[in-house]
Amino acid sequence: MAPVEAATKQHANWSPYDNNGGTVVAIAGGNYCVVAADTRMSTGYSILTRDYSKICQLADKSIMASSGFQADVKALQKHLAAKHLIYQHQHNKQMSCPAMAQLLSNTLYYKRFFPYYAFNVLGGLDSEGKGCVFTYDAVGSYERVGYSAQGSGATLITPVLDNQLKTPSPLLLPAKDAITPLSETEAVDMVKDVFASAAERDIYTGDRVEIVVVNSEGIRREYVELRKD
Amino acid sequence: MAKAAVDVPPKGGFSFDLCRRNEMLVKKGAELPKFRKTGTTIVGLVFKDGVILGADTRATEGPIVCDKNCEKIHYMAPNIYCCGAGTAADTEAVTDMVSSQLALHRYATGRESRVITALTLLKSHLFSYQGHVSAALVLGGVDVTGPHLHTIYPHGSTDTLPFATMGSGSLAAMAMFESRYKEGMTREEGIKLVCDAICSGIFNDLGSGSNVDVCVITKDGKDYLRNHQLPNPRTYVSTRGYSFTKGQTEVLSTKITPMKEKVEIIEGDAMEE
Amino acid sequence: MDSLASDPVNQCTATSFEMDSQRTQYPYVTGTSVIGVKYEDGILMAADTGASYGSTLRYKSVERIKPVGKHSLLGASGEISDFQEILRYLDELILYDNMWDDGNSLGPKEVHSYLNRVMYNRRNKFNPLWNSLVLGGVKNGKKYLGMVSMIGVHFEDNHVATGFGNHLARPILRDEWREDMTFEEAVKLLEKCMLVLLYRDRSAINKLQIAKITEEGVTIMPPYALKTFWGFSAFENPTKGAEGSW
Repeated sequence: MAPVEAATKQHANWSPYDNNGGTVVAIAGGNYCVVAADTRMSTGYSILTRDYSKICQLADKSIMASSGFQADVKALQKHLAAKHLIYQHQHNKQMSCPAMAQLLSNTLYYKRFFPYYAFNVLGGLDSEGKGCVFTYDAVGSYERVGYSAQGSGATLITPVLDNQLKTPSPLLLPAKDAITPLSETEAVDMVKDVFASAAERDIYTGDRVEIVVVNSEGIRREYVELRKD
Repeated sequence: MAKAAVDVPPKGGFSFDLCRRNEMLVKKGAELPKFRKTGTTIVGLVFKDGVILGADTRATEGPIVCDKNCEKIHYMAPNIYCCGAGTAADTEAVTDMVSSQLALHRYATGRESRVITALTLLKSHLFSYQGHVSAALVLGGVDVTGPHLHTIYPHGSTDTLPFATMGSGSLAAMAMFESRYKEGMTREEGIKLVCDAICSGIFNDLGSGSNVDVCVITKDGKDYLRNHQLPNPRTYVSTRGYSFTKGQTEVLSTKITPMKEKVEIIEGDAMEE
Repeated sequence: MDSLASDPVNQCTATSFEMDSQRTQYPYVTGTSVIGVKYEDGILMAADTGASYGSTLRYKSVERIKPVGKHSLLGASGEISDFQEILRYLDELILYDNMWDDGNSLGPKEVHSYLNRVMYNRRNKFNPLWNSLVLGGVKNGKKYLGMVSMIGVHFEDNHVATGFGNHLARPILRDEWREDMTFEEAVKLLEKCMLVLLYRDRSAINKLQIAKITEEGVTIMPPYALKTFWGFSAFENPTKGAEGSW
């Protein structure tokens, strides 16, 4: 019997995982990237705190937003921070966003049989300064896309983003950039609106949305209030 | 005489035809459909002149809100109302059933319904289904014997209390009652406390949300304050609006069938536009 | 995690993983809610002194709030023996930190971080410490209040509560807590919460302790009882309201 299985059978009333809820979204534009997440942390039907940031800056131009099990998310963030520090010492530069994307995938897959219960989107600028978004599952399968939503409200938000910012087919030749046609302000406005909508219908999304915008000038952060019920 | 039993139309009640099949399916790992649950905060309290009932207005299906403004304070009799938590269908059916029995009883006796009658009908129904009718109720009303407030659990047990809460937000609401309830409160104080208890459920319990419904019952009648408070307006509306461009869905083939003209259309009709 | 690696009991359980392990599969003696708030000069924490063995009230004078080093205060709900184990780890941590003798000492943030890692590490070994911990402290004029759960979920907030407290006390705290509360106001607020818990949490008892930590240090006050009220007329003859029913 696999150890995990054996152990879960022993403790019927104890689970090593919890779902702390929350929704994360990232949108890549021509010269910017928007990463956003709500700030509610909950367990079951209770709110643990209304002000918990799910967004983590991993490098100068890579921002990760994660929902799922908070303890795993935090462990993952610390692991990546340590790896990035070593990278800086070895290469004397910041890791690029696509490199960080690969590292994140490897880190998740490393725990394939006792996964990090974390649903991530990684956003930032690539080496050409174009916006990039990478989206993941809990065990490291990933893809570069133009936009993505993860977490408890993802099922509500994704269809709206699909309709408004449809990604070009990856089968097209010559390949098209997976970036959205919107301007930065339009994208930020869109993010605010989809979060307000998700908070209307998803019980785990609410309180406040934290929006991080990465562009050539640097990083900017803003907040918008959401429903608190 | 024995034959007559066959011809009598069914008396009503539930159909259990598929219970054994469903049990077998569950054992094989099939998942039964989720019902609309009112993960709820419902409360009631006795004040100087009667009782006040309160409820939030969120109905959920798992993690999704399926009704943002539902009604959870059900009519039982002109002087009796009942808040319901649990499976929406059960709370609705059980209160409707009992309220119709109460109406018939009023026609038969020509007297006002008593809260204790409603309580007994509800609990005997719930008890006979051994908790499978999942309705958790707060029953309140004023009758000839004075104001009454009861809670009824899905298994049929009942309580008689000066203040009561039920549903997933019951602890959040009870925190308000336990720290602020006093005997002989005025109408205004009572409404304020009920609203605060419901708001406590709305903001602290994820199963509860949206608006506050209140129902004040005194010996002079009831005052149903639907959406008494609206503490959760939408926080952001896009300034841009949305346009849905044509051609998002690929057209594979087109076929036009003209409709047959059955009515003669007169040019320049007044109904135009 | 030196203290864990050097622990012979843990190493033995780590190797005999599947069969005869000595892990906490369920708690034995447990304490109920702890609540903590920030106030004007620091942090206040409250907990009752009961410890239950299942639904039996087994111990009535267990201190569940303890000082950690110079700047922190730790409150625990859940398995009492695991809490005492955690106190051993922390004693060692503080001792080794002290031995540097560099004039530096671990603050609440560091202790909280350490506890996160201990709790998360043990859940990774499928051998959790069955506690919810509240950690408060003040260092260099900065107030700190955080929580850690059994499986390593952790966060900071202006007020926290474990177990039943999260359902019953936090709604009150969210309504009434203010940043600039005086000591008296904060104690009053905690007592209000503890009274509600006493009424509604069956494992709560009417003997509570309040502890405070400020820049000056830790004060754990002696236990006392709250004044309760059972005089509602509806309570006097409970069957009166159900006359006419069965």
